[in-house]
Amino acid sequence: MSELLQQIINGISLGSIYALIAIGYTMVYGVLRFINFAHGDVFMIGGFVGYYAAPHIMPLVGGSVILAGPIVLLLAMTVCSILGVTIEKLAYKPLRFRPKLTILITAIGISLFLEFGGQLLFGPDPKSFPTLIPSTTLIDSQNLILTTTPVIVIGTAIILIVLLRFIVQNTKMGTAMRAVSFNQQAASLMGININTVISFTFVLGSSLAAAGGILYGTLYPSINPLMGIFPGLKAFISAVLGGIGNIPGAALGGLIIGMTETFVTGYLSPTYRDAIAFGILILILLFKPSGILGRYEAEKV
Amino acid sequence: MLRVQNLQVRYGAIAAVKGISLTIERGTIATLLGTNGAGKTTTLRTISGLIKAAGGTIHFGDRDITNKPCHEIVAMGIAQAPEGRMIFSNLTVKENLRMGAYLRKDRAEIQRDLDFAFSIFPRLKERMKQPGGTLSGGEQQMLAISRALMARPGLLMLDEPSLGIAPILVKTIFDKIVEINRELGMTILLVEQNAHLALQIAHYAYVIETGQMVIEGKASEIAKNEDVRKAYLGET
Repeated sequence: MSELLQQIINGISLGSIYALIAIGYTMVYGVLRFINFAHGDVFMIGGFVGYYAAPHIMPLVGGSVILAGPIVLLLAMTVCSILGVTIEKLAYKPLRFRPKLTILITAIGISLFLEFGGQLLFGPDPKSFPTLIPSTTLIDSQNLILTTTPVIVIGTAIILIVLLRFIVQNTKMGTAMRAVSFNQQAASLMGININTVISFTFVLGSSLAAAGGILYGTLYPSINPLMGIFPGLKAFISAVLGGIGNIPGAALGGLIIGMTETFVTGYLSPTYRDAIAFGILILILLFKPSGILGRYEAEKV
Repeated sequence: MLRVQNLQVRYGAIAAVKGISLTIERGTIATLLGTNGAGKTTTLRTISGLIKAAGGTIHFGDRDITNKPCHEIVAMGIAQAPEGRMIFSNLTVKENLRMGAYLRKDRAEIQRDLDFAFSIFPRLKERMKQPGGTLSGGEQQMLAISRALMARPGLLMLDEPSLGIAPILVKTIFDKIVEINRELGMTILLVEQNAHLALQIAHYAYVIETGQMVIEGKASEIAKNEDVRKAYLGET
């Protein structure tokens, strides 16, 4: 029983990180109708911003734990927002009216650029992620050990997702985003500058990915320039599972994939951990390509 | 107010609009008539900046708006209720209207315009919180017109507001177009295939065929001209 509880906590922790990354995939798909395969690497950069910034931030705030964590988080989110918007402006925008395959291949190119550029810049060897918030034990009963780390990871993810939902549902820019994702021409006729909305989408998506990178480093304190590949793919699968283009779906998909992986690792064998996610992808594409919360959408001619 | 001179639009090698000119006076309703494929919608889309003109100029007031980006043209004061209505199905009726006022920041005035829209189309108020996609065709057209009005434009362009709508609602919508013109002094460019209806409410009319202007004149005179109606407006 207690082991099950432990697994559930681990599953939700990992799942909430997948959820944060998956939301970025799904939002970009919503407005631009393509999969930004470089998104997982933006997540990695988020982790590295934390790695390099934390030692400088800590002394600045006098070692205050309450301040250091959020400042590092916000810094990583800001850097990655700028990175995301820059990638869009330089690499994707010039190709917006080209065939979708062109932009997809460009995304893979950007992904490789960030991964191997990262190896060149940061070095290929894994680095240990600084402790932003010292782990203290909250519950230590027979088999269940609950530390502050998963509580902070899950809590931060929930706060960010709720904030995102508020922005998308209740602000003018968020409403414009939904309008653009439904019909770009009609949105232009409202006076909406499509480019602004696209940039805004990249800001939101990239900052959530950055937060994911920081939380990932907090949870599994070893980071390397290729760390974005698998979480990126898992988050992509989460987005497809939840229904691509659907934000609550991406969050739900992330939780499901995170839980499934944790359970497979814990009760079956770690060998199948990655296989299960791809198995889910294949099943979803075969039987319900629109995903759990997605609606069927006829290809526009 | 709007002056289009020798406008040409091409889709690849095909010329859709071959040099049409039209002028709309402030406060009037002008109608652009013609059969399917005559180039009416293309003309409207080019004025709005959704399509690039291959030649000619478009002036709004004293500004040259030819080939300006769509959102800038809206900012200058030209709003459109497009063909097929293009309602945001995933947004509520109220959110659709809010998007119409996207560029405005005068909250009190936006609320006034919202109240005006609800006063001329009370059905929209009833359905305020419903997604736009759940509305009937006629209601969607009311929403499309109201949404364009929310921009508080200098020129309102309506692309086939009678298309695909229950006949009983068509009459209502045309009455409301007249009301909008009278109450707000709104300048309107109305594109229609239903020439009979459009000529009843318009002050001035243009008839185009295969991208060329064939005749223009006072709506009342064109309405009387049987040759024109038979030849170009598909009446028998």
